[in-house]
Amino acid sequence: MKIQKDEVEHIAELARIKLNDQEKEKYAEELSAILDYVEELEKAPTDEIKTIDQITDLKNIARQDEVVASLTNDDVLLNAPEKQDGFIKVRQILE
Amino acid sequence: MNQEVSIMDEKFENLTIQSAREKLSAGTISSVELTEYYLERIKELNPKLNAFISVFEDLARKDAKDSDERRKNKQTLSALDGIPLAIKDNMLIKGKRTTAASKILDNFIAPYDATVISKLKSAGAVILGKTNLDEFAMGSSTENSAYGVSKNPFDTSRVSGGSSGGSAAAVSSDLCIAALGSDTGGSIRQPASFCGVTGFKPTYGQVSRYGLIAMASSLDQIGPITKTAEDAATLYNIIVGYDEKDATSIKSEIRSTPLGMQSETNSKFEIQNIRIGIPKEYFGEGIDSEVKKVIEDAIDEFKKQGAQIIDINLPNSKYAVSCYYIIMPVEVASNLSRYDGVRYGYSANSEQQTANSLLENYLLSRAHGFGAEAKRRIMLGTYASQKGYADKFYHKAQKVRTLIKKDFDEAFQKVDFILGPTAPEIAFKIGEKTSDPLRMYLSDVYTIAVNLAGLPAISIPAGLANDLPVGLQIIGPQFSDELILNIAQEYQKGQDELPRAKI
Repeated sequence: MKIQKDEVEHIAELARIKLNDQEKEKYAEELSAILDYVEELEKAPTDEIKTIDQITDLKNIARQDEVVASLTNDDVLLNAPEKQDGFIKVRQILE
Repeated sequence: MNQEVSIMDEKFENLTIQSAREKLSAGTISSVELTEYYLERIKELNPKLNAFISVFEDLARKDAKDSDERRKNKQTLSALDGIPLAIKDNMLIKGKRTTAASKILDNFIAPYDATVISKLKSAGAVILGKTNLDEFAMGSSTENSAYGVSKNPFDTSRVSGGSSGGSAAAVSSDLCIAALGSDTGGSIRQPASFCGVTGFKPTYGQVSRYGLIAMASSLDQIGPITKTAEDAATLYNIIVGYDEKDATSIKSEIRSTPLGMQSETNSKFEIQNIRIGIPKEYFGEGIDSEVKKVIEDAIDEFKKQGAQIIDINLPNSKYAVSCYYIIMPVEVASNLSRYDGVRYGYSANSEQQTANSLLENYLLSRAHGFGAEAKRRIMLGTYASQKGYADKFYHKAQKVRTLIKKDFDEAFQKVDFILGPTAPEIAFKIGEKTSDPLRMYLSDVYTIAVNLAGLPAISIPAGLANDLPVGLQIIGPQFSDELILNIAQEYQKGQDELPRAKI
């Protein structure tokens, strides 16, 4: 399956990864080769077969809605690249 | 206190959990001395092997001292008390650097302990440090690590395998007594095979994934990498167990007798009572002829000891690699979206290249923080789950996963275990496969289907081919973990000692 450079651009944007021109070409080639290979799944006899959603048949695992001790503010902020007044700082989201 | 321990001191060499425990109990050695032995060895040999990313000298010495104190007061906590271990650097240890071998987490300090780590601490284990892996556990050689490749102790021009290559190299070269690794498509078993050690991947759900940096959540499992199957069983027994913090964790009531076992339900299996399945598909083309010979000889050993050898078919195994390389990247794309330079990790904002907007920060943080393989898989997963393509790729792969599991379920109606090679080859040369991602993916052809089906499997050393280790893989039905560990131990009891790495 041939992936074009502009498709790679689109995918990279969805994946929030900036790529330069050279990388776009390289990944286009590599992803095409991989997708070519995995296309063989088309031959697999899956008519009437259901998908496996969870390999151990667990469903709707929940816990009690109770407040329990979790990480402290200091723990949470430990690795924040930018912080201020006990908050994680981010670039403006709304115009 | 001068703790100069000669690394040539025989009483510390090549100890297992079992033999170290005996010596600690007898007072022949102390945990402090044992830990010092390993720290010195790591200092001397790690520059050559690159097995460790981080070494915790102060912490290890303190834990060892505490262990000796407990032993003196007859308060030994467990079989692992005072035993020096290495941990793959994708499991969180509170207050310690955890990198997942990625630039994007180069400066990350874990804010909490993984459940397996809490269990090891409660058991009194000594943690020597964190071992190298392929970035985010993606790879079969550790060549995708941001910190360089881990070398194979048998031949340092070759890879140690991946993604748990650092752990396997460390155990193989006696830089620790035992280690933990993680396995999503073979990442415990293949490096164990390449480095001549034992590696066990439990049934999906047996060991908590809380605090394991997620790669593919429906496939990942933590497991032991050890010198013997006996040690693997000891380490497994400490880390196994239901954890309410992991929603995919299995409760012991659900762990029933595995289907299809013909012997009675006691946990001691003898080789003469078992039925072994040999899948024709594992011995076709693609397997190195020298490796094939070692595996055939190993199977003969089982036959000599009375096991019944039965040919079986796993007709959909040919689709396993394709199925995995769609399902896994889709899950990877989801799991790695958290690395966005906002809450933790590499952030373009605060590094040189200032990002002008939130979007720019995402684009640049991830562009600079992730390595090529991580990007490749994120993009593959993004592509395969897109509207318009999801049916053709992702949903199709999920159905093929059902076929693969059915093959195993049917096989286990006829046999107790399935045997075959862990890998189609011996450890390859560093750089040999890096130019062709697809070629690298095919290294996992025998291990991948096991993760897709959620089954337990072990790789044990079976011999050498061209002076390099070959691993035998034993696969069992879901929840047959203890039986697999027993059979592996039975086999190793009768096995001649294999040559060690001369490092």
